[in-house]
Amino acid sequence: MATEFLNALVLISNFVIVPSLAYGAQLALGALGVTLVYSILRFANFAHGDFMAFGTMATVLITWWLQSMGVSFGPLPTALLALPLAIVVTIAMALIIDRSVYKFYRKKRSAPAIFVIASIGVMFVTNGIVRFVIGPNDQRFADGERFIITAREFKEMSGLNEGLAIKVSQGLTLGIAIALVIALFWFLNRTRTGKAMRAYSDNEDLALLSGIDPERVVMVTWIITAALTCIAGTLYGLDKSFKPFTYFQLLLPFFAAAIVGGIGQPVGAIVGGFVIAFSEISITYAYKKFLTYLTPDSWAPESLIQLLSTDYKFAVSFIILVVVLLIRPTGIVKGKIV
Amino acid sequence: MNSTRRAVLSFSLMGVLFLIVGFGQSWSLALAIFNLCLISSVMAMGVNIQWGYAGLFNVGTMGFAALGGVAAVLVAQAPIPAAWAAGGSDLMIAAALTLLTIAAVVFAYRRTDKGPIRSLVITAIILFGYFPIRLYYDPAVNAIEAVNPAYEGYLGGLGLPIIFSWLVGGVFAAGAAWVVGKIALGLRSDYLAIATLGISEIILAVIKNEDWLTRGVKNVSGLPRPVPYEIDLQETDWFIGAVQWLNESALTALAGAERTAFLNSRVIEASSIFVKLCYSGLFFVVLVIIFTLSARALNSPWGRMMRAIRDNEISANAMGKNITGRHLQVFIIGSAIVGIAGAMLTTLDGQLTPGTYNPLRFTFLIWVMVIVGGSGNNLGAVLGAFLIWFFWIEAETIGVWFIDYATSWMDGGNPVRLHLMESAQHMRLLIMGLVLLLVMRFNPGGLLPEVTKRANGQKQELKEQ
Repeated sequence: MATEFLNALVLISNFVIVPSLAYGAQLALGALGVTLVYSILRFANFAHGDFMAFGTMATVLITWWLQSMGVSFGPLPTALLALPLAIVVTIAMALIIDRSVYKFYRKKRSAPAIFVIASIGVMFVTNGIVRFVIGPNDQRFADGERFIITAREFKEMSGLNEGLAIKVSQGLTLGIAIALVIALFWFLNRTRTGKAMRAYSDNEDLALLSGIDPERVVMVTWIITAALTCIAGTLYGLDKSFKPFTYFQLLLPFFAAAIVGGIGQPVGAIVGGFVIAFSEISITYAYKKFLTYLTPDSWAPESLIQLLSTDYKFAVSFIILVVVLLIRPTGIVKGKIV
Repeated sequence: MNSTRRAVLSFSLMGVLFLIVGFGQSWSLALAIFNLCLISSVMAMGVNIQWGYAGLFNVGTMGFAALGGVAAVLVAQAPIPAAWAAGGSDLMIAAALTLLTIAAVVFAYRRTDKGPIRSLVITAIILFGYFPIRLYYDPAVNAIEAVNPAYEGYLGGLGLPIIFSWLVGGVFAAGAAWVVGKIALGLRSDYLAIATLGISEIILAVIKNEDWLTRGVKNVSGLPRPVPYEIDLQETDWFIGAVQWLNESALTALAGAERTAFLNSRVIEASSIFVKLCYSGLFFVVLVIIFTLSARALNSPWGRMMRAIRDNEISANAMGKNITGRHLQVFIIGSAIVGIAGAMLTTLDGQLTPGTYNPLRFTFLIWVMVIVGGSGNNLGAVLGAFLIWFFWIEAETIGVWFIDYATSWMDGGNPVRLHLMESAQHMRLLIMGLVLLLVMRFNPGGLLPEVTKRANGQKQELKEQ
């Protein structure tokens, strides 16, 4: 009985918990970018998904270049070596876009909807650039070891029927995400610039009165967002694969995570990211085998016991979004709502 | 330059562009572009009613257009009795149970107060309803999809003329808009954008995966047409006679087999053009009807109220206008128009291919049309649709030509040149984005800005909002 229970536990960890943790961390980093832009620049950035594709493209190209030079990072993916330079490229792109597009509307104090339409224009342009440079197809750039522990090794070690596989990319995602979040919160709560950002987000006029330079706050926001976005995109690409259209589709889970958590709240984005990831994966998982372990043989279910087919993955995030909008429009952590 | 002259000039230029394509490439292509321009115009008017009249931000156009496509299938395809016999009754029971569950949720929502009890009760009802629904739904779907899966495997439609589906498509889209509007209107404006983006993805996911309804990604092809088939025309006497008459001078110079071959090629070409012209006629009628109605609505007290709400919600509210109610109304009307356009598009294609619906093309491109053309101005939306769709199609030709020219100094096998030539088709995304950003920045009113009548009867262009 105890082994049955352990088997069930390992099974669910392998197919639900570990993938959700990694996916949740990727969503959290993406949603942090959305929420930061929202709290400082006060608009929903539709270009975020494609911007992430741009950052990842930079990493992929630099990785390929490093690989062609014969550089490798041992068991870890070479992409990590490429990341710092890619982040710089992404930051440069973010600042160029801000200077050439958003700054004008900021000066004019345009309505949020105008910013959103401008971000749609930016979305088209970035999307075009990415497809123009790297093409619309799947690109693989992961190298090094694939697994921290494979299913077979785990089975041999534990003597259980079920294996638990943990990919290097999943471990990296979690580790890097935790480090980034700690660094971000330290920055927002402890440094002068971080405090200025929070003040500006809370009350723009009061912040201006206190002598905070709005352009500097905006610039720092873009720098942080670009770095987060580039890292999140690279981690997602290492874990799955890099395809521009998939990144565009990630926009919806990002928005869902940011709103579910409470828009404009960094903590909310992280909570929201994990809520969305866990629901997406656990609702589309088939529980047949899991229940077979836990119940007597005669009770074994015949159907797959899958609440929704995996094709509805993106729908799940939206359904959660709707439920939250209906029950608690401010999100889990009380966010800004006008 | 006053607004009427500018409109006349812009549309004449548009006409010249079509003439260039007609003489330079082919008339068939020019008409194909023209037809899609007409459909895009209807779609753009739908978005214009929402954004230009009322300031509502809908980025779910793709979903509403896809619903129109579903309507075309459900109205026009012949019913499949075997599929109904296999799973029809179980499916009906599942549908009844779903309605019952929804009714129970609504009832519970009305009878309980806000708080944890309400959430608990509603969650319990949904869970309690979900499993019986699946119990009937799953076997029904499996049975239906097993009926001749290579050609059918779905319930089919009603077998009515496809023209009806244009109305039905509007009704479907209006229904979906009502649900979305009820949830998302009244919250802040970007939430509506995100909600509509989400709903359009969901609608598409349903269409792709519920094979019993629309055959999913297996596509429904061979939809009946509202216009004659080319192949029939080529055997009709009066049509051949007409082509003969049109080409009289060229034909008299030829004789025997040569003459027959020439006539045949002319008949084939003319039949394809004739069919496209029939479509153009139908679409044009729809465009004129919707244009007239929405222009009248814009100049009516209702239109004035809408603009008042758009420009200042607070004062409109103080005047006793029901903001959320009016927003819901205009949101439904606009979405219905997009649904009509979606049904027209599927009619023109003759098939429903859910895989081809892409938000860049069906949502964001329509937005570019409205902004570039001039939001708040119906003529502007139409002009924007024509211009943007024209260049969306021709951008590839122009892009290839341009890159070929720009890289002509490189040698033929140069990898950079090859890569650029291969990626030329992605130029259009870049160009559309740039056009949108440039118009927003330097000409925020669009090509034909909104015109309002002042109290003294003078017309005035709105420079910016």
